[in-house]
Amino acid sequence: MTRVIVDVMLKPEILDPQGNAILGALPRLGFEGISVVRQGKHFELEVDAPVDEAAMRQLADTLLANTVIEYFTVRVVE
Amino acid sequence: MTRIGVVTFPGSLDDRDAQRAVRLAGGEPVALWHGDWDLYGVDAVVLPGGFSYGDYLRCGAIARFAPVMQTVIEAATHGLPVLGICNGFQILCESHLLPGTLTRNAHLLFRNRDQRLTVENVETAWTSAYRPGQQIVVPVKNGEGCYVAAPDVLDRLEGEGRVVFRYADGNPNGSARDIAGITNERGNVVGLMPHPEHAVENLTGPTTDGLAFFTSVLGALTSA
Repeated sequence: MTRVIVDVMLKPEILDPQGNAILGALPRLGFEGISVVRQGKHFELEVDAPVDEAAMRQLADTLLANTVIEYFTVRVVE
Repeated sequence: MTRIGVVTFPGSLDDRDAQRAVRLAGGEPVALWHGDWDLYGVDAVVLPGGFSYGDYLRCGAIARFAPVMQTVIEAATHGLPVLGICNGFQILCESHLLPGTLTRNAHLLFRNRDQRLTVENVETAWTSAYRPGQQIVVPVKNGEGCYVAAPDVLDRLEGEGRVVFRYADGNPNGSARDIAGITNERGNVVGLMPHPEHAVENLTGPTTDGLAFFTSVLGALTSA
């Protein structure tokens, strides 16, 4: 088995109200000096070797990310 | 009698109200099932509001791959009238039948109120019974109703008259350019976040302004 990591993030130009809410909570908790928080999604897939990276990218493009507002990265680890 | 299908997904909430709206408008509602490939010969389809598949991953992202949606997508590209309300609008965007997508409300709050809308396009299958520029009031209730699309897509929608509804008296969710609902190029597919099916009789709705969605499509199908 091989582990494939897919990270999905909102595109930089897309408003992230959840990230902004987290950012707003940080000073109340005593954390300072943080100017930006962006929230995304992290997927871990256990895949039979050998991994077809093109198929993994297609999977991310079709289902895991909505490329209208999000971008993704695919990494094969282990 | 004209038959209008209403799809039930796991987590749909407003399928019964949509069926009732079809009946009050004079059509015959037909319950359709997400796991079924067959549309049973219906003349139009409504994708109702709710939280299909628990809104897991993204709103509408899982429902878009349900068996019934493969048939709906195919039929819609051949002109079948399809209306997506709230979660149904999200499913239409995830299906790429409509451009853009719906994201978390800009203020992060679930917004539930009676909402004034301006009807800007009365050429679609679902809005022909309205007057251009008519103002209507129907309930809006969503947590992820903020319409987002690239600037060139928004310009194209505006230029082609495909913004069907715009929020009036305040934007409840931060949607780009106050867009509440849009249509495809052909005008047979319409999606909007507010809920016309909850405004079809005085006993339960703020108005009966929503009924004309359903009389519009019945009229379009009868005259076709």
